[in-house]
Amino acid sequence: MNNRNIQNTIAVFKREFLAYFNSPVLYVIVVIFLLASMGFTFFFSRILDSEDVSLTERFFVWHPWIFTVLAPAVGMRLWSEEHRLGTIELLLTMPVSPWQAILGKFFAAACVWLIGLFLTFPIVWTVCYLGDPDMGPIISGYTASYLYAMACLSVTCAVSAITRSQVVCFIVSVAFCMVIALIGDPGVTHTIVATVPSWAEGIVRFISYFSFMDHFFEMTKGIFVFRDVLYFLSVVVVTLFITNLALRAKRA
Amino acid sequence: MIQVKNLIKVFGTKVAVDDVSFSVEKGEVLGFLGPNGAGKSTTMRMVTGYFRPTSGSVKLCGIDMLEEPEQAKQRLGYLPENAPLYSDMTVASFLAFCAEMRGLHGADRSKAIDRVLDLCFLDNVRNQSVDTLSKGYRHRTCFAQSIIHDPDVLILDEPTDGLDPNQKHEVRSMIKRMGKDKAIIFSTHILEEVEAACSRAIIIDRGKVVADGTPESLKKLVPGANSLDEVFRSITRPDTEHKKAA
Repeated sequence: MNNRNIQNTIAVFKREFLAYFNSPVLYVIVVIFLLASMGFTFFFSRILDSEDVSLTERFFVWHPWIFTVLAPAVGMRLWSEEHRLGTIELLLTMPVSPWQAILGKFFAAACVWLIGLFLTFPIVWTVCYLGDPDMGPIISGYTASYLYAMACLSVTCAVSAITRSQVVCFIVSVAFCMVIALIGDPGVTHTIVATVPSWAEGIVRFISYFSFMDHFFEMTKGIFVFRDVLYFLSVVVVTLFITNLALRAKRA
Repeated sequence: MIQVKNLIKVFGTKVAVDDVSFSVEKGEVLGFLGPNGAGKSTTMRMVTGYFRPTSGSVKLCGIDMLEEPEQAKQRLGYLPENAPLYSDMTVASFLAFCAEMRGLHGADRSKAIDRVLDLCFLDNVRNQSVDTLSKGYRHRTCFAQSIIHDPDVLILDEPTDGLDPNQKHEVRSMIKRMGKDKAIIFSTHILEEVEAACSRAIIIDRGKVVADGTPESLKKLVPGANSLDEVFRSITRPDTEHKKAA
């Protein structure tokens, strides 16, 4: 990447990031995210009633489900809005490559989640005040959580490239993220394995390997495995490639 | 400056643009005429690099749009149909974004913004949200975007659509003024506009170029025709005729 490429990406990023602040979407989503993640931790997981201060089982465990719903809400406007307003014609006739635009937009939405996750810092402060938690799992938990959000966001990005309706994009993306999360659930896998003929078991296990969940929980346990990080990054790269193809197909 | 050769665009089974070739030199203003659905916008979208042609080539200032799209697009200013704008921005911030995308930064950028705000009479709405602008202002904002980097090639898809007569006149004279040192293509349905602003006109029908020449020479194409209007009606076929035949 030369200087001009980076400048273009930054210009798109800046516009997109400021657009989040100019609309109520950012504030609503961040507030709901904070309410949900704290509410689940304190009222469902009852973190204050337990003897240990590990966040893994009480805080991070809820994140995949929260991101399944909220990450598409952040990402749904990325390309749908461009299609609906017709500004995509403006954007793509400027001297910018589709990749620069895709990356700029994706990073802008990724930054929203950086803010969202950062604002959960009181929970870390709380457990540090109440006890003496191991910082390792907290750091890898946050990393896993952020990577999970990025994976959901990039799926949304790809879906938004093919539709001009934000509502359609939201529903389809949530469904996608839900399915990808569920295929790794031990209960779901077990049920499916029990119903399919024995030769298909390998296939089911193979598919379940692609779920976000396994990789997420490996990481939140505090085992910072390069393999899992690589998994999430490759999901992002592949879906952004699909975004590029979708944009090209949409332009016929 | 603009060279278009054997441009073909097929959507599914429908041939939208069928072997269109033309060229526009510096100092020329080319009027692009044709009935709705004739392929005007599709041709323009291919010239601007938004659509990829099924076959054929587009060159802007000698740079091939398909081989070096970023360099070619740098030379180009484009006003799309219906003047799309990012609704969450103000006029000034929208223009700042467009300037940045064209590689203008710092003092150059503010100078370019001031220049187009002045040129397009947008100074009194510079800090207004794009969402609250009237149609004329929206149009002019998008027009301002297309000339912010003083491009060599200007492509305007129905630049006077939805403007009041005063604004139409203003846009027309602006096109004429800028046409002296640029290559300009603009499409329109208003035939007087062609006579007022264009040095050449192309009439396109069902994806094919059916006439190409100065407004005066076009009038001579049809014997006995007094106005471009009559010429236009006699050489293009209305939509309804097509349906009757089918």
